[in-house]
Amino acid sequence: MMTDQATGVPKPQPRPPRHGGQQTATVEHMTGAQSLIRSLEEVGADTVFGIPGGSILPAYDPMMDSSAVRHVLVRHEQGAGHAATGYAQATGRVGVCMATSGPGATNLVTPLADAHMDSVPLVAITGQVAAHAIGTDAFQEADICGISMPITKHNFLVTEADEIPRTIAEAFHIASTGRPGPVVVDIAKDALQGSAAFSWPQQPELPGYRPVTKPHAKQIREAAKLFGAARRPVLYVGGGVLKAGATAELKVLAELTGAPVTTTLMGIGAFPDSHPQHLGMPGMHGTVAAVTALQKADLIVALGARFDDRVTGKLDSFAPYAKVVHADVDPAEIGKNRVADVPIVGDAREVIADLVVGVQAEFESLREDGSREASAGDSDFGAGSYQDWWTQLNRWREAYPLGYDLPEDGSLSPQQVIERIGQLAPEGTLYAAGVGQHQMWAAHFIGYEEPGSWLNSGGLGTMGYAVPAALGAQVGRPDRTVWAIDGDGCFQMTNQELVTAALNNVPIKVGIINNGALGMVRQWQTLFYNQRYSNTVLHGGDAEPHGSSRPQGTRVPDFVKLAEAMGCVGIRCTDPEELDAVIEKANSINDRPVIVDFIVHQDAMVWPMVAAGTSNDEVMAARGVRPDFGDSDD
Amino acid sequence: MSKHTLSVLVENTPGILARIASLFSRRGFNIDSLAVGVTEHPDISRITIVVNVEDLPLEQVTKQLNKLVNVLKIVELDPASAVQRELVLVKVRSDNGTRSQIVEIVQLFRAKTVDVSPEAVTIEATGSSDKLEALLRMLEPYGIKELVQSGTIAIGRGARSITDRSLRALERSA
Repeated sequence: MMTDQATGVPKPQPRPPRHGGQQTATVEHMTGAQSLIRSLEEVGADTVFGIPGGSILPAYDPMMDSSAVRHVLVRHEQGAGHAATGYAQATGRVGVCMATSGPGATNLVTPLADAHMDSVPLVAITGQVAAHAIGTDAFQEADICGISMPITKHNFLVTEADEIPRTIAEAFHIASTGRPGPVVVDIAKDALQGSAAFSWPQQPELPGYRPVTKPHAKQIREAAKLFGAARRPVLYVGGGVLKAGATAELKVLAELTGAPVTTTLMGIGAFPDSHPQHLGMPGMHGTVAAVTALQKADLIVALGARFDDRVTGKLDSFAPYAKVVHADVDPAEIGKNRVADVPIVGDAREVIADLVVGVQAEFESLREDGSREASAGDSDFGAGSYQDWWTQLNRWREAYPLGYDLPEDGSLSPQQVIERIGQLAPEGTLYAAGVGQHQMWAAHFIGYEEPGSWLNSGGLGTMGYAVPAALGAQVGRPDRTVWAIDGDGCFQMTNQELVTAALNNVPIKVGIINNGALGMVRQWQTLFYNQRYSNTVLHGGDAEPHGSSRPQGTRVPDFVKLAEAMGCVGIRCTDPEELDAVIEKANSINDRPVIVDFIVHQDAMVWPMVAAGTSNDEVMAARGVRPDFGDSDD
Repeated sequence: MSKHTLSVLVENTPGILARIASLFSRRGFNIDSLAVGVTEHPDISRITIVVNVEDLPLEQVTKQLNKLVNVLKIVELDPASAVQRELVLVKVRSDNGTRSQIVEIVQLFRAKTVDVSPEAVTIEATGSSDKLEALLRMLEPYGIKELVQSGTIAIGRGARSITDRSLRALERSA
């Protein structure tokens, strides 16, 4: 209940108290809209991405006076949602977006679904028609709570001004704790206009929300035992490790056990790509070593990962020899797709920290047993003890490394473009990718060394994610260089946010990997639809150019002119000879957004690949090349 | 497929039934019956759901339900140690020739006649779904004009209550 003397409560985002650290808050009277902005200030939100409109209009008046909350005016609400997601993924804080009722709110549906799939902490504040008009098909009315129910962690409809501060506190608490996710706060216009008693801090009233973060000691011991008994373990690391801020703990666990590590698309950056124990990414376009390591493993330790179908391939033939330790903060993920031999519910950081202690104790006792029984040979438990396993893994790594062929016609190779962007970028650069071939190449050919350096839409696969996400990441991390790696298809979905970037002095860099096609769909048409390129050609030329005609890329629109029209620098690159110079030039411009239109070969494909619906045993290292795994030790 | 009875305690907030129904439909879980009502605590409602699933998906059902912020507690009631009841109201065609036979059936099933008119009697019966099915089979030959049935509600036997702890949680947070 709302009380006049609320007591202190841990806030999701601690920041210095506004009023000199007093413990009991006094009640102030103000409008609901003012209390909304005050609540955002108190909870520590420093940036809101949004667009005003009729129902949310009252909130924008006090927003103008707030020095603590910066509002970034985007050009489309979808951009606001993805920008908030990019901000959240780059900073680890809650991203905030704002939109009006009806179409404003429905334009947030895609970014909400995207954030839900990728467990991104997001609070979306939407205006709603006045409480008495709800349900009457009023102008710009949409039931965004009903619409967003399946694609949010939770949502609130607020019809009383007095409820606003507590609801905002609860929304931020839910969004940022447990398994993070998006929360919608839909506020009726008359609640924003009404007068309210404001006090802070607010005590969340969520008796049904109690995320478990501390893992069970017995489960940790069981998991440690499996480590001791395993001969072919793999650490299968997902986005949960990044969300929990557990990368330091992960490195300790990996080096203590000497087990190989594979990071999923969402987990990239959780373990340094340069680390010798890193096998790369698993899954449909994973490295041969990572895919095969999981297939042949006798122990999979899944940390904040969810056995997604893009990782497992055909589920019933996935990792047939492996016992599974599955640690996740969301109990519903455990056993959902793959039965766990040892389920561990808890925050990844606490789980891994406890596992380190448990595994140390287990190895210690095994060593003692080993020396007592004086058994020769395999008594060296701990780092380096999986020697036979590493011999196999290294054979796969050496025989089937990631790679690509340069086009014979002298045109730009998309993989090379992406690789060079990664090599020439300043240290600490953040990358945001769209969805498709360029996303997979960016995952493969750029080295990620730290958490939060790789932003992408993994679960929902949202084309158009890159530009607004890069915008949000750059706003959240103005100290870093931010490169968006985008496709010409993706870019055309959300490039309007370049205007936002230009006008707000957000100097992102966008590399358009322009192959004139919806490349990933085209790749499937090449492989599975007899090269019938139905509706995947984006350029204006022949649907199927004959001979070895130079790639033309998408020229309508002209991305260079488009960039210039939107207040950005536009550069085109068609020649491998000028590639490095163009990238260097883009890196040198830091006062405006830069768009580089890389015209690349249209027939490049993403390899390795596990065809949809097939077993990971069928991984193809390249077209027509099935790896030879020699004698399988099953 | 097997049937399981879940008692779900929820905060009595608007939209909670929609949240639960939407969860079931989007995850592909089948609901056999559903009944909602307030508990002894006005802020807590109790939803009794009979689901038709194998054991493994049932675990998913309860875990997914538990993720809903307004869900306080979920208990699966074992039929052996719980009382389960449904209510039916059924309007049966009757005339002077059949009325006494119908009343006899009603008495056998310890049901009640709640309305009589020249062409029909309306019967109220509670019981397990097996008992009610048997009753309806007996009434069928006379002609069922209209039938309305409630979802199953259930409560565990013995002195223990599943609401105690949830109540405490609710009071703590208030």
